[in-house]
Amino acid sequence: MMNYDIVIVGGGPAGLAAAVAARNAGVDKILILERDKELGGILNQCIHNGFGLHTFKEELTGPEYAYRFIEKVLDAKIEYKLNTMVMDISEDRVVTAMSREDGMYQIKAGAVILAMGCRERPRGALNIPGFRPAGIFSAGTAQRLVNIEGYMPGREVVILGSGDIGLIMARRMTLEGAKVKVVAELMPYSGGLKRNIVQCLDDFGIPLKLSHTVVDIEGKEKVTAVTIAEVDGKGKPIPGTEERYTCDTLLLSCGLIPENELSRNAGVEMSPITSGPIVNESLETNIPGVFACGNVLHVHDLVDYVSEEADRAGQNAAKFVKGELSDAKSDIEIVATEGARYTVPSTINVDRMDDKLTVRFRVGAVYKDSFVSVYFDDERVMHNKKRIMAPGEMEQVILLKDKLKEKSGLKKITVKIENE
Amino acid sequence: MEKRELTCIGCPMGCAITVELENGEVVSVTGNTCGIGDKYARNEVTHPERTVTSTAVILGGDKPRVSVKTKSNIPKDKIDAVMKEIDAAVMSAPIRIGDVVVKNVCGTGVDVVATRNVEKI
Amino acid sequence: MLYDVIIIGAGVSGSAIARELSRYEANVCVLEKCEDVCEGTSKANSAIVHAGFDAAAGSLMAKLNVRGNEMMDDLCRDLDIPFKRNGSMVVCIHKEALPGLQDLYDRGIKNGVKGMKILSREEALEMEPNLSDNVEGALYAPTGGIICPFKLCIAMAENANVNGVDFRFNTKVEDIKKSEDGLWHIRTNNGEYVSRYVVNAAGVYSGVIHNMVSEDDDKIEIIPRRGDYCLLDKEVGNHVSHTIFPQPTNLGKGVLVSPTVHGNLIVGPTAIDIDDKEGTNTTAEGINDLIAKANDHVKNLPMRKVITSFAGLRAHEARHEFIIGEVKGAKNFIDCAAIESPGLTSSPAIGEMVGNMLKDMMGLTPKANWISKRKDVMNPENLSIEERNELIKKNPAYGNIICRCESISEGEILDAIHRPLGARSLDGVKRRTRAGMGRCQAGFCSPKTMEILHRELGLDYEEITKSGGRSNIVIERTKNQKGGEQ
Repeated sequence: MMNYDIVIVGGGPAGLAAAVAARNAGVDKILILERDKELGGILNQCIHNGFGLHTFKEELTGPEYAYRFIEKVLDAKIEYKLNTMVMDISEDRVVTAMSREDGMYQIKAGAVILAMGCRERPRGALNIPGFRPAGIFSAGTAQRLVNIEGYMPGREVVILGSGDIGLIMARRMTLEGAKVKVVAELMPYSGGLKRNIVQCLDDFGIPLKLSHTVVDIEGKEKVTAVTIAEVDGKGKPIPGTEERYTCDTLLLSCGLIPENELSRNAGVEMSPITSGPIVNESLETNIPGVFACGNVLHVHDLVDYVSEEADRAGQNAAKFVKGELSDAKSDIEIVATEGARYTVPSTINVDRMDDKLTVRFRVGAVYKDSFVSVYFDDERVMHNKKRIMAPGEMEQVILLKDKLKEKSGLKKITVKIENE
Repeated sequence: MEKRELTCIGCPMGCAITVELENGEVVSVTGNTCGIGDKYARNEVTHPERTVTSTAVILGGDKPRVSVKTKSNIPKDKIDAVMKEIDAAVMSAPIRIGDVVVKNVCGTGVDVVATRNVEKI
Repeated sequence: MLYDVIIIGAGVSGSAIARELSRYEANVCVLEKCEDVCEGTSKANSAIVHAGFDAAAGSLMAKLNVRGNEMMDDLCRDLDIPFKRNGSMVVCIHKEALPGLQDLYDRGIKNGVKGMKILSREEALEMEPNLSDNVEGALYAPTGGIICPFKLCIAMAENANVNGVDFRFNTKVEDIKKSEDGLWHIRTNNGEYVSRYVVNAAGVYSGVIHNMVSEDDDKIEIIPRRGDYCLLDKEVGNHVSHTIFPQPTNLGKGVLVSPTVHGNLIVGPTAIDIDDKEGTNTTAEGINDLIAKANDHVKNLPMRKVITSFAGLRAHEARHEFIIGEVKGAKNFIDCAAIESPGLTSSPAIGEMVGNMLKDMMGLTPKANWISKRKDVMNPENLSIEERNELIKKNPAYGNIICRCESISEGEILDAIHRPLGARSLDGVKRRTRAGMGRCQAGFCSPKTMEILHRELGLDYEEITKSGGRSNIVIERTKNQKGGEQ
């Protein structure tokens, strides 16, 4: 069996940043396992710009952003294996992997960093009625076909879901000569960034219909038409509001799901809200020495935050293998309630935390002129006014180690949204 | 008097901004909540610009397409023309990030450059 | 070429008959309108091997169901496909309906079903803790089972093909005439086929085919009876371990909840009579209806874990009985029509019955070198690390995972493409290997599978289809064609 200090599952933005951070923290034997034929992950197909404003203070495209980190990995001579599928991770950190060249093999890892990313919610999970012909794609699959393989899925397009990939693909298909007829969004607000609505839809006169969903798909071999309808407050289609669009392609951009089959099989405890692992302040799961970062932990909207989170996971994994991460329990619970849907992390050990700890969360609805409040047990310690918060944009609060130390015997930190 | 309705992209608020123009000059900006909106609206109505990203044909590479971008913003009304020049470009592998794919695209003074490496096979 | 027998339809009935006939010295050809076997009713059903207590005592349906069930173990062993006798339970949730369980039991006894037992509420809940709190009792039939309908159909067709049966795909029968010399002339979109005998195994079209040759007072009408289904993630595949039925009604066996042989959970079907013989569209009402009905018998159904929903059509005929035999006034033309549920279970017995019928009519003699067994696409999942390494050393494609959800390697996909009657489309690959059948529903693997189909079959990307015909996935290259259009 091979031995590595740290094995990183996934060579996308999270895995790359984690590897670099672990190396900078002095870890020697690091191995990145990547299932695709190149490093960089899904960024390679995200050829649009807008990445890196926080990390590099400039606007990069996805491949450029990825390459910044790939270069660092190459410069640091961090080992990686491509076209390699991780088949299993055991509770005692034995990673089973497989590839064409190396066959099936096992690696004993000092620490494991989970960085597998996420997948798109498929049509079936949305229970969209109608036929099941060719021409229905998740937006990311279409993105790969157009941007990497260089093929057009169709000429006339309807998009369900206003997630960022859907919006980006509306522009992309338009620039490649397709006619995007409409973007329908089930919710009364868009799941994507404002700038994408303006620059991907408004610029090209593509209508966005909020509170609408697909109620029928026609076409026995290839999609021939899609019918959308307005939905009521409970998401149920309102009879009489149907509009039929002839088209040959339906793209779905209806949410992302962290890809945690490996984690689950390893015995990692999951959050039913994020579908990602439950982690402590060190981004460590319930299995000691198994860390998680990026979209496998919770779905991010900015890759810059993925890199930042992965950097912390890499540093903490390095501490773990060097025996610098105490095995004290993370005994303070962080509870998300009243508008806050979840937090990452969800437990804290004060001794193990950095001087500053960023706690990220999402809200469950659109909030205007409301407050993000943090309570230490029953005492409100933070009360920040936000002009607007929406489910599509990740929020954060920063906890200071000094403040937590002052409050001895602290059991519970609560994050909630308050009107006043 | 010309009136233009915009959605501000400065932050998630997405203020609905109304801009009034007289002979191409901004007369008033209303509906914005902060200074970001004012600035965005004035730029957007007088000289809207965009970065165009796409792919170009590449021959002899380990991939059939190379991703590209305009190195900086180009006037918004030239997007279609810029796309035509990008679509007509044919590159040969290898290519590195930053290599010029179309020089001075559509006379904008802006180059279209590669945004990824493609190796020769 | 003059064929001894032409079988119309490469569904599970046609394939079973083809395999049986391949035992004998005869030129046999199967005509199929789609691009692959298993494209109609056979591909979208409950995937259940029924015990046989449902069909009316003394009916052909009852006889073939019980016989097909008995044959399944040996057949699946010979054809190397998964089959599991997980046992069925018919659940009663109204006290006043309890006598109905006894009726079913009695009918089962008459039909020859073995090992049945009527369970008390407590016994039922002990065996199946997720049954509804309202359960009053249940009929348990240990011979009920679960099977992969694709694999059963594909395996029988493949085995028939290896034994010399021709298959003609994308070949739709348009008309059938008998010539003076007693031969059948079958006009298709791909020219004329001539044979001595014809078997009509055309599923929902078996009425149309029958009516091409039958006398005026002998027309049959097949009503497509649509059934909507939901398939759930393997994560919740053990929500129940038996196949759970409600008590039957005149519309059929009702909405069942069952594990599948591959470890998913299946919920369905509805029963809606429609006109369109290709009407396999799901509807919101249908899906809502089946969820409501399933919840009557099984509690806490994790419907959030649905990975896909689909609909299939049963070939229903008013008499609700299989129609098998020579058509009146059409000598040497054998119907195998109105094969609705339990058609999948019955298929081996249908094959046997029609095979024997033709053997006697035609005086067929057995082939000396008939091959009874076939190996399925190898599933390396159960191999040890050493065995797997050995395999990858011999064929590195087995080290390259294409479908990450179902853990399917390139080696398995290559096998599916290059074996007899191999896959030519994404669905063809999917039904032979399960690549694309998992929780991401081919989002990640379809571009990779397309690359393999392109390379192995010399198809342009634009020619690669989801399931034949005009179901192409992409339409053109970016960049190339744009200039021409403008």
